[in-house]
Amino acid sequence: MSAAKTSNPAATERRFKVVGTRPVRHDGIDKVTGRARYGADVNLPGMLHGKVLRSPHAHARILGIDTSRAAALPGVKAVVTGADMPPVKSRTEQSGEGTTNPRHLSDNILAKEKVLYTGHAVAAVAATSAHLAEEALGLIEVCYEVLPPVLDVRAAMRDEAPVLHPDLRTHGLEPKSDRPTNVASVVRFERGDLAAAFASADVVVERTFDTAMVHQGYIEPQNAVAKVDADGQATVWVSTQGPFEVRHFCSEILAMPLSRIKVVPAEIGGGFGGKTTIYLEPLAILLARQSGRPVKMVMSRAEVLRATGPTSGSHIRVKLGAKRDGRIVAADATLLYEAGAFPGSPVWAGAMCLLAPYDVETLRIVGHDVVVNRPKTAAYRAPGASNASFAAESVIDEIATKLGIDPIELRRRNGAREGTPTPAGPRHKRIGMLEVLDAAQASPHWAAPLEAPSDPAKRRGRGFAVGFWFNAGLQSSATIGINADGTASLVTGSPDIGGTRTSCAMIAAEELGIPVEHVRPSVADTDSVGHTDVTGGSRVTMATGLAVYEAAQDVKRQLRERAAALWKVPVEEVSFTDGALVASSGEHAPLTLAALGTKLSRTGGPVVGRATVNAQKATGAAIAGTLVDVEVDVETGKVDVLRCTVIQDAGRAIHPAYVEGQMQGGTAQGLGWALNEEYVYDAEGKLLNAGFLDYRMPIALDLPMIDAIIVEVPNPGHPYGVRGVGEVSIVPPPGAVASAVAAATGVRPSALPISPPRLLAALQASGGHARSGGATAAR
Amino acid sequence: MAKTHLTLILNGEATELLCEPRQTLLEVLRDDLDLTGTKEGCATGDCGACSVLLDGRVVCSCLVLGVEAEGRSVTTVEGLADGERLHPLQTAFLEHAALQCGICTPGFLVAAKALLERNPDPTEQQVRYELAGNLCRCTGYDKIVRAVLAAAATMRGTAGERGAA
Amino acid sequence: MHEIRYSAPRSVAEAVALLADGGDGARVLGGGTDLLIQLRAGASSARHLVDVKHIPELDVITCDDSEGLRLGAAVPCERLAGDARVRALFPGLAESAALIGSTQIQNRATVAGNLCNGSPAADTTPSLLALGATCVLAGPAGRRELAVADFLVGPGRTALGPGELLVELRIPAPGPGAADCYQRFIPRREMDIAVVGVAAALTVLDGRCTAARVALGAVGPTALLAHDAARVLVGSSLDDATLERAAAAATATARPIDDMRAPADYRRAVTGVLTRRVVAEAARRARGKG
Repeated sequence: MSAAKTSNPAATERRFKVVGTRPVRHDGIDKVTGRARYGADVNLPGMLHGKVLRSPHAHARILGIDTSRAAALPGVKAVVTGADMPPVKSRTEQSGEGTTNPRHLSDNILAKEKVLYTGHAVAAVAATSAHLAEEALGLIEVCYEVLPPVLDVRAAMRDEAPVLHPDLRTHGLEPKSDRPTNVASVVRFERGDLAAAFASADVVVERTFDTAMVHQGYIEPQNAVAKVDADGQATVWVSTQGPFEVRHFCSEILAMPLSRIKVVPAEIGGGFGGKTTIYLEPLAILLARQSGRPVKMVMSRAEVLRATGPTSGSHIRVKLGAKRDGRIVAADATLLYEAGAFPGSPVWAGAMCLLAPYDVETLRIVGHDVVVNRPKTAAYRAPGASNASFAAESVIDEIATKLGIDPIELRRRNGAREGTPTPAGPRHKRIGMLEVLDAAQASPHWAAPLEAPSDPAKRRGRGFAVGFWFNAGLQSSATIGINADGTASLVTGSPDIGGTRTSCAMIAAEELGIPVEHVRPSVADTDSVGHTDVTGGSRVTMATGLAVYEAAQDVKRQLRERAAALWKVPVEEVSFTDGALVASSGEHAPLTLAALGTKLSRTGGPVVGRATVNAQKATGAAIAGTLVDVEVDVETGKVDVLRCTVIQDAGRAIHPAYVEGQMQGGTAQGLGWALNEEYVYDAEGKLLNAGFLDYRMPIALDLPMIDAIIVEVPNPGHPYGVRGVGEVSIVPPPGAVASAVAAATGVRPSALPISPPRLLAALQASGGHARSGGATAAR
Repeated sequence: MAKTHLTLILNGEATELLCEPRQTLLEVLRDDLDLTGTKEGCATGDCGACSVLLDGRVVCSCLVLGVEAEGRSVTTVEGLADGERLHPLQTAFLEHAALQCGICTPGFLVAAKALLERNPDPTEQQVRYELAGNLCRCTGYDKIVRAVLAAAATMRGTAGERGAA
Repeated sequence: MHEIRYSAPRSVAEAVALLADGGDGARVLGGGTDLLIQLRAGASSARHLVDVKHIPELDVITCDDSEGLRLGAAVPCERLAGDARVRALFPGLAESAALIGSTQIQNRATVAGNLCNGSPAADTTPSLLALGATCVLAGPAGRRELAVADFLVGPGRTALGPGELLVELRIPAPGPGAADCYQRFIPRREMDIAVVGVAAALTVLDGRCTAARVALGAVGPTALLAHDAARVLVGSSLDDATLERAAAAATATARPIDDMRAPADYRRAVTGVLTRRVVAEAARRARGKG
């Protein structure tokens, strides 16, 4: 078995019956038989097919759009352009893990005056077949005035750079400037006397790094099916991480009341943050309204890569100063993040996560959010953190090498703990940094010697890195209905991407003392469950699970009242123990849910427990460590992953197999980010690798088994100690791989991906192979 | 465009339909036959989410025209279970938590079925090699590979029992 | 995809007639793994697809050490790569066929289609060149034979005339002491287009190389024969120093461009590395057969 659990003795001593087991997921059979309906599988009578016309230019003014020939094609039932969308005010609002500006969102969904990236949507049609809709796109004439594009953050920050948004001014800049700019915002964390702290350091390392834009890479393209009834009620079926977000954004973008939109979450084929926003939904609604028929829209893979949000490429400079004993005494970093066509890169989170795992007194971290002519970035699993971690962990590893200190030990000497101030200022709550380091050090992987390769062209190396992620709280609702046979139906609004229907059902089953198979979990539409925020931010098992927990308490309170009424005793004398109602007097035999279930109607009516939570205060941040062994072919620059272990603090693992799954999946994405994934543009801003052939994600043959070690340092804010587990594992792999390559070859990568041509060039520039063959493990 | 009359054996049943020559087998399955278990991930043969068996061999149905299936047998994920009895691969995927979002799962199940029919006792590396054409973004493949190896062992055990009986 | 016609002829003559009838828009459909992608991307002018997979003559492989290999154009890669006779006589060709994509692609794609698609990076083309393969074409004027080296014209372009189809590939039997090898460089472990591909076919008798052909893929407008590299090898004992010189000669023959998959410098560097490795392996195999 690939996982081991390391319990913290300080964990609550509660003995769980369901939590910690590995039941088969409730939606499993549907998903292995092909019965589960994802958004693209939804079919309605009379349905039309919609397609989107996209800009061939990276930066251009739209002078005019003529859709008349398309509209005249037999079989075409509706055509829309930006002119069909209502005007939306520009403002900033919190959403999910970041902020959105509804005007930018509207302009991204359909360009109005300018197109800002190749693939930017310009018009949409609905026709009786997908093939016809495509033909119709070819009949739409768009007149563009092509403008020079800017594709790189540093180029975009220069005075002479083409300006994407003439009315954009830098937020957070003091003193304020009225110059047009591509810098949307600046964030700054600063404390202490930086010059003095660096002067006191025994070793100072300063490096710059570049990371390429990468995509979440979910296998399921975006989809939406919309139906608008004669009375104007819209229903949207969509594979989304956030049905309530879809409703909210559509309401804003289309100036429709929330009550006129119902969003039905279909099963979702991966999201990783990329499906917490909207692209097709408003278009499908507009086309459905215009045609009077349901409209289905599904993106092609090329559209997904060209026109949905990847995450930021970045340019990061990190300077760290440390004492001889390894204590980091000063940090100075600058982060430039690509926002894509509209403001909103995750540079704030990057600035925080750069050094969040550590206790650093004196620092200055400055981050810039910069627009460029690339698609508008969207959240990608711990957005902003992997870039920053790659940079900081690389410098920390270099310092460890310089000082001759073991890389795990150096991190332990600087490790954050409860009360340590984070880079942004607020103090850490209880956090498992030291425990994760201990588990890494005790792991079979760390203990295993790295054997030398037999091939003289190969070198091996071992690398280690850690990462931090906040984990979100946000809002969730849950209801639990008790059936006459004592089983329960559990209703939440959290789309199930990785088994959370079951982890929530397990929490309900645990609290109600019934088998998990007796809980029937469902993910409901926006009319049928209370407001629930995104499946994202690693929050579902924690926050929706918390709502489920609270709803179960509500159920138990009501059941105690019913038993009290039946037994004619005060409710204080009735307890809920081990799944049964128990009278303290001992005069009545305990009643199971099944026994009480048939008596509900005569003791007051149905029992439905409900709860809503804002889980902001219940969050527990997560730490992960990645340990990786690589083999480098120094004649070709190819890096193979030989062995990989991920260690992560889960707080409390509700369903360990699904926790391991999150850990392994995030690790695999991080390895792809490190080794081969990148967006490649030509000088005109056209994406050259808009497919899975040349956007190279790891295949089964590229990876070894990924050992997942779950550490449990309970989150004090949560009744079970649960911490979010979905994201943090993607943070440390790039830094770990870079350090492993440095250990193997003596050459430290300064850019992601560490692709063979880049690494070979770096090896050749360093004057050949610094190591004379063999393996270098971390000390 | 005149439609072509197509006859094929689909999941063991004789099936007839009309389709346009330009429709891929994937489109025919999903749009005309409402067999939506087979998924489109890329339409260029790079992800394997559309994998089906064509005369017992695993292919990307996005790269096969519907009309090319004339007279052939096609097996999709919907044809793996025997009524309510799951195929050992389906059971193994559930027990080993080898799916998270599940979108790649039908493709993997079909490809793995073909793999085990050709090689009932594969090594881990052989499993990874044969499934190299199936992308998964959620799992990192670890639990998928374990599930396939476990199903192979189960199927060898059952075959052994049948042989011994 | 725009509308298309589809035909499934049962003989070469019928196929030739359909291609003539369909004019400019008629195309042979083999495995379809390139053509369907091109059709969907609007990158193909094909309007009438002539499916050759039902022509018995095109579905045959014969392979023995007197007649060599005769490979029908409709044989999928998986069948070629799995054929024990082919693996024994032409291990490099077999391994190049096994490298074209996933199992799903292998079950459909054909070597003939790989060749006719004319990609400079096609995996089987260097092996065909190194083994001195011949194309048998059928068309309105009857059949003709053409060396593969003459069949390759430019990126995406072959010597197929109007209305012609590739019917068969022929490779002469290797003599004693002969063996071939193919390796390619890709960034992942599968599923990628070759960044560099090198094939070598050698004859080694009494410790000396008596014949050699080296071919390079993905480093020129077509796959290229590396004549200078081959000349370095012939007459030598295939020692390390000779292999280094052959690698340098192959690097000098390569004419790669910068593209999104790799810069030209990188391709040149890897050409030399792979040439050395491929020739060493071909030599090892050839010595085992002397």
